[in-house]
Amino acid sequence: MKARVTVYPRREILDPQGKAIRDALNRVGFPAVEDVRAGKSFEISLGTEDPEAAGRELREMCERLLANTVVEDYSVELLESRP
Amino acid sequence: MRCGVVVFPGSNCDHDVYHVLKHVLQQDAAFLWHQDDTLKGCELIVLPGGFAYGDYLRAGALAALSPVMGAVKRHAEAGGLVLGICNGFQVLLEAGLLPGAMRRNASLRFLGRDVHLRVERTDLPFTWKLRQGQVLRMPIAHGEGNYEDAPAKLDALEANRQVVFRYAAPDGADAGDDPRWNPNGAARAIAGVCNAGGNVLGLMPHPERCSEPILGNTDGLALLASAVEAGSAALLRAGAAR
Repeated sequence: MKARVTVYPRREILDPQGKAIRDALNRVGFPAVEDVRAGKSFEISLGTEDPEAAGRELREMCERLLANTVVEDYSVELLESRP
Repeated sequence: MRCGVVVFPGSNCDHDVYHVLKHVLQQDAAFLWHQDDTLKGCELIVLPGGFAYGDYLRAGALAALSPVMGAVKRHAEAGGLVLGICNGFQVLLEAGLLPGAMRRNASLRFLGRDVHLRVERTDLPFTWKLRQGQVLRMPIAHGEGNYEDAPAKLDALEANRQVVFRYAAPDGADAGDDPRWNPNGAARAIAGVCNAGGNVLGLMPHPERCSEPILGNTDGLALLASAVEAGSAALLRAGAAR
């Protein structure tokens, strides 16, 4: 089973990188861009086909390593299983 | 006292700290490898600056899970002294030994320059040789020193007197968000914090880079001297008690 984990700065915390990207987008012709959060994405292959167990394990991975929950949020998305 | 300097792959200030402990302060010093699972009898543990594990994922994140950190955690929980400098501070944050987290510098630039620090607390093993409100000049060299935590957590940190060093103007006045004095945008100009017990300290500036007259600045020496002498005094007391 494959999964995608997305980690991004928490809303209430200033994201200097996202702000610089927003300013650059505004400058090059996208004035409608109001906010950018710059994060990370992980594609993870798991040797299990049990979506419930996979989701549980992925959230644990986020808590332990993939995200620093002091300043980051995360989301876990299960992609299609292998045929 | 026996001092251990932890070496992660990518540490680059390990020899500088070792030199100050061993040759300037005349202590028994040893290097500890990140794969070690004991501290070889060391009483003061220093996590040095650098880019442990290449700063992959987040600064300090992978180093925090290395075998030696299990031993460092047990040492800290038993009241042992742990000092994290720059990347070492980031490792302590990621390991949960100190509260908060680091963000990219507000300028998004790596900063290598001198800053001024105001001493906020002098009743710690690391700071008893300093004066309350004393202003120290020390070099910084980091890309992620923008200290952050939730406002309620920051309030608790202040209430518990865990803010040990704050970036300040040269005369000691509050830096606020002024980038001349608060170089990285740190919340409440926080440059160094300790744990609730006061035996674990992390700071972004580099005291080991300003601990000898030949370097043109000795403002960092009192911090390291405080730590080794406090540790020695505690050992003497423990010996007397036995």
